[in-house]
Amino acid sequence: MLISNGVEQFLLSLIAGIFIGGAAGYLGTLMLSKKMALVAGPLGHLTLPGIALALLYGFDISLGAFPFVILGIILIWLLEIRTKLAMEALTAVVFASGVAIAFLFLPIEQAETALVGDISKVGFWDTLSVIFLCLLLFLIIKKIYSKIILINVSEDLAKSEGMEVKKYNLLYLGAIAIIVALGVKMVGGLLTAALVAIPAAASRNLSKNLFQFSLFGLLLGAISSFLGILSFKISGLPAGPLIIIVAAFFFLISMIFKKS
Amino acid sequence: MPNILRVKNLNVKLDGEEIIRNLSFEVKEGEILTILGPNGAGKTVLLKTLLGFLPHEGEIEWQKEVKIGYVPQRLPFIKDIPISVEEFFKLKNSSRKEIKEILNSVGFQESFLGKKMGDLSSGQFQRVLVAWALIGNPEVLLFDEPTTGIDIGGEETVYGLLTKLKQKRNFTILLVTHDLSVVYKFSNYVICLNKSPICQGLPREILTAKTLQKLYGEEVKFYEHHKY
Repeated sequence: MLISNGVEQFLLSLIAGIFIGGAAGYLGTLMLSKKMALVAGPLGHLTLPGIALALLYGFDISLGAFPFVILGIILIWLLEIRTKLAMEALTAVVFASGVAIAFLFLPIEQAETALVGDISKVGFWDTLSVIFLCLLLFLIIKKIYSKIILINVSEDLAKSEGMEVKKYNLLYLGAIAIIVALGVKMVGGLLTAALVAIPAAASRNLSKNLFQFSLFGLLLGAISSFLGILSFKISGLPAGPLIIIVAAFFFLISMIFKKS
Repeated sequence: MPNILRVKNLNVKLDGEEIIRNLSFEVKEGEILTILGPNGAGKTVLLKTLLGFLPHEGEIEWQKEVKIGYVPQRLPFIKDIPISVEEFFKLKNSSRKEIKEILNSVGFQESFLGKKMGDLSSGQFQRVLVAWALIGNPEVLLFDEPTTGIDIGGEETVYGLLTKLKQKRNFTILLVTHDLSVVYKFSNYVICLNKSPICQGLPREILTAKTLQKLYGEEVKFYEHHKY
């Protein structure tokens, strides 16, 4: 092998990180426009028991998280139909329960990976499947983008155009499920909401139109991951929190541009 | 003139509460129908039911393959989204040529397309909503409470604009409002609705002190229509 294991490992995590960050930032712009960005929070927390199982039995974190995300999506869907208090109730109940259940059986030394993620040990096939899923996500989001924007602007207006609102909402929730499952691998159950929300919020400050909004969201997500993983390599501090801190830094800079 | 819409014995219940009771009416092509009533009378529910969004009992029969343009009252969430006027129109799959033509017909220049929706004045915003509904050549326009007071530019009100547009293309207009002045100025048929239909017919014939008191309650003063 020409390149050492350490370098190869670093490149893999960098590639996986850039793809996950970009997809999260892109989808984040859609979620922010529906005030849904924080839904990724309770969803991320809900995945913790799944992550715990994955860590205990040594299988992929995203795979462990996925069934729990689906459970969360179904909860959102049911609660949104039944009551308008949906999001608050969901957050209050799920936040606590996810963490509580996970820590019933998760050994404390593995807590860090569950809570703030670990992209540094991602393997070759892992990375390949991350790339594949992120490209798939990109295509889905691109296809539904303008439809979801119209639904976000006004569901009545969308319906009056004969749009199948339910179908697009389902695709949208599916995309959210995939990004949360991928996000927890990189930044853990605690920080996934931030991965989705912060680049999008920064992008909103900088954008005059939808095109810029979605593009900057994608770029800021990807660049935050790149710089975060780079600083992990240099400092040895955990990558997940570093990615989020870089994103938050971009958000602060975007605030300056917003005022001018 | 043939009917463009026929409603018979319409009943709408939402969450067990009766919102509209036993409503029947017909709308002829080219007519301007106002649905007048106080807040909470079920006006918006009626529009949404006519658009097919809500479950109902009774018959709603639109002319075959009729195209409907819907103009909502406002879009509160659009300020949170960075979206340009042009992008807002593109949500409707319209060509740039069509967008330009329609914007011209409501009095906007092409340069307006680059503006951010959130930066528009409420008058400009309402004009954009009308233009948006006009894309795709609808035969019917449904309006939810067009704001009466606001000057949408050049001292024109939304009703002035509609009157002008209607001269070019003879569409049918259904609008709901609680504003009595709109009825006299603008419409040629009125339905007074307060859950049940109170009265319907030609505005100058049916809007008497008695019917209006019944519609709005005793304390409401009667406005003579020659003042408008």
